[in-house]
Amino acid sequence: MSILVNKGTRVVVQGITGSAGSFHTRQMLEYGTNIVAGVTPKKGGMKFDDKIPVFDTVRQAVNATGANTSVVFVPAAFALAALLEAAEAGLKLVVAITEGIPTLDMVKAYRFYREKGVCLIGPNGPGVITPAEPAFAKATAGGPARRSFSGGGCKVGIMPGYIHKNGSVGVVSRSGTLTYEAVWQITKVGLGQSTCVGIGGDAVLGTSFTDILEMFQKDSETEAIVMIGEIGGTMEEEAADYIKSNVTKPVVAFIAGKTAPKGKRMGHAGAIISGGKGTAQEKVEKLTACGITVVPNPAEIGKTVKEVMNAE
Amino acid sequence: MNLHEYQAKELLAKYGIKTQRGEVTDNPETAAEIFRRLTERQPRQERDKLRPDPIGNISEAVVKAQIHSGGRGKAGGIKFVNTPEQAQKATAELIGKTLITRQTGPAGKVVHKVLIAEALTVERELYLGIVIDRRRSLPVLMASAEGGMEIEELSRKSPEKIIKVNWFPGNGFPLNEAKKVTGALNLERYQKEAVELIRNFTRLFVENDCSLAEINPLIVNKTYGLVALDAKINLDDRGLYRHKDLSQWRDIAEEHPLEYEASKYDLSYIGLDGNIGCMVNGAGLAMSTMDLIKLAGGEPANFLDVGGGATTEQVAQAFKILVSNKNVRAILVNIFGGIMKCDVIAQGITTAVKEVGLTLPMVVRLEGTNVELGKKILKESGLNIISADTMDEAAESVVRLVSGV
Repeated sequence: MSILVNKGTRVVVQGITGSAGSFHTRQMLEYGTNIVAGVTPKKGGMKFDDKIPVFDTVRQAVNATGANTSVVFVPAAFALAALLEAAEAGLKLVVAITEGIPTLDMVKAYRFYREKGVCLIGPNGPGVITPAEPAFAKATAGGPARRSFSGGGCKVGIMPGYIHKNGSVGVVSRSGTLTYEAVWQITKVGLGQSTCVGIGGDAVLGTSFTDILEMFQKDSETEAIVMIGEIGGTMEEEAADYIKSNVTKPVVAFIAGKTAPKGKRMGHAGAIISGGKGTAQEKVEKLTACGITVVPNPAEIGKTVKEVMNAE
Repeated sequence: MNLHEYQAKELLAKYGIKTQRGEVTDNPETAAEIFRRLTERQPRQERDKLRPDPIGNISEAVVKAQIHSGGRGKAGGIKFVNTPEQAQKATAELIGKTLITRQTGPAGKVVHKVLIAEALTVERELYLGIVIDRRRSLPVLMASAEGGMEIEELSRKSPEKIIKVNWFPGNGFPLNEAKKVTGALNLERYQKEAVELIRNFTRLFVENDCSLAEINPLIVNKTYGLVALDAKINLDDRGLYRHKDLSQWRDIAEEHPLEYEASKYDLSYIGLDGNIGCMVNGAGLAMSTMDLIKLAGGEPANFLDVGGGATTEQVAQAFKILVSNKNVRAILVNIFGGIMKCDVIAQGITTAVKEVGLTLPMVVRLEGTNVELGKKILKESGLNIISADTMDEAAESVVRLVSGV
């Protein structure tokens, strides 16, 4: 049934009246996501676009509308407070889009979410999407003529909906646009995605590769998994160990940053090779040793997934 | 954001951690005077309030180059001096000198300032460091009874000699853990001081949003007890907004000029050694693009992430920064327009190219909404632009361009 988000997802948008929040709320609505509420402190009582009721607090929104998922567009300086508030408001899932949250704030958020048993995705990621079906016909000449989705899909984030297609490949990634690239390749070779999860590019994240892999393994709709990693940290290595012992579905991985120099932060806060640890080479070696297909060329992710699935 | 040794020591002093007395200067003329101040006999009541280290009877001083790099000693950046004249000579030699350490890369770093500090006798050298342990999503205090210069080697050869303790920053560093670390370091004789130092050091890390804090070496000195002889502190860039005072310590001279320029426009730039300039939206996609260029036999000149948005303004600034690197002979633009439409991006590129007066050959790969329209705009611009459909096509094209094929 896909993972994390589906037809039953009822979304509250934290930061709905901000520029990012308002723009992406409209995009999510266009995709068919069931957005039931918004939260902006002191703006409670108004209606966003004459449609969505806005509340002062997440708890109020949940009580009034039965929201079970939040997407957070609150600026970094206020993000910790927004995340802590969301964790205690009776939600099951919180998706944090915000970029630039101080690492020590995330350390606090992480512990809190584990204690409360609420799932936190992100921060600094594109979000989660379970694609609608059917797909647009072809998004080539002039772009998709009709972006009409027949429902069943749910987009909680900022990714472009039209590149996705309902299918059986689970995608989990630390990146944003690189994920879109991989998704687009998968769609172009005629496959589709069950759910795509952007776990985020920061050093401390709410959910790891391993957590998502476990969900994909249990998901009846997912038949193969694509994992997109990058330099920094040891999350890919930990995932490799998990996959070896627990994942029976084929996994295809790509690791960005083979040419990244040591000691430099490559954009993402978490993309830094420090103390010699976290190089792309190490990750590739570990993944390969655990039986995972590693794609050396980022332009061949879609092609490789198709080959692997045909072989199964 | 990285701090200089002298700044890190000032911060340590605020948290009651002893450091040697010292003064920073960029002027060799002042060195002799500083040396005299450090070494003259001090009456007890002249204790320097900023540095709670004891007043001493010091006869030797050390002149230390202040650059954002480790390994200064081996590169000749640390000199011991016994007279005001020697202090002056050492300072004059170091200011303006380019030091090449294992961390600076072959270009090295120019020394603009030195720290002239008391030289203390060292009974023992210890290591204390704090980083974020990503595996546990918690900060970790690392300590070793074998400090000094070779900590990285120690962590490779004998990791078991390094004590590691995670703690949750919402609470203080636990007292019993601090006592355990003190015991493991054989510092029972200085237990009270060591426990306090550990708790203050961990508090410093959390309260100042650090990403790394190291005292290496933390020395035991017979007269003064525990003293931080060298310190390195890096701050989490994302926390700087709530530490305006620490932001003032940013030293632009220590930063790569193009990286600094890029940061002003919210662009993320890292200079590399090659001749193919890259511009991409998104860090993961940017790293992949660099990887692809290498796979195709080329050498990327840089990493440049224009961010998910890629506005015309940012694209123009990005081009300006790319061409400032004189090694660049061709440019590869790889933009996946998700929310951003490709025709808008293409317009941005052509406008920017004309604005900047760019004549270098360029390969542009656009993907996303309105991609055909975007390609049309590029073709009809009359500019020296080759369109590519896929990432590997783009990489191969640009490598061919550069090798003159």
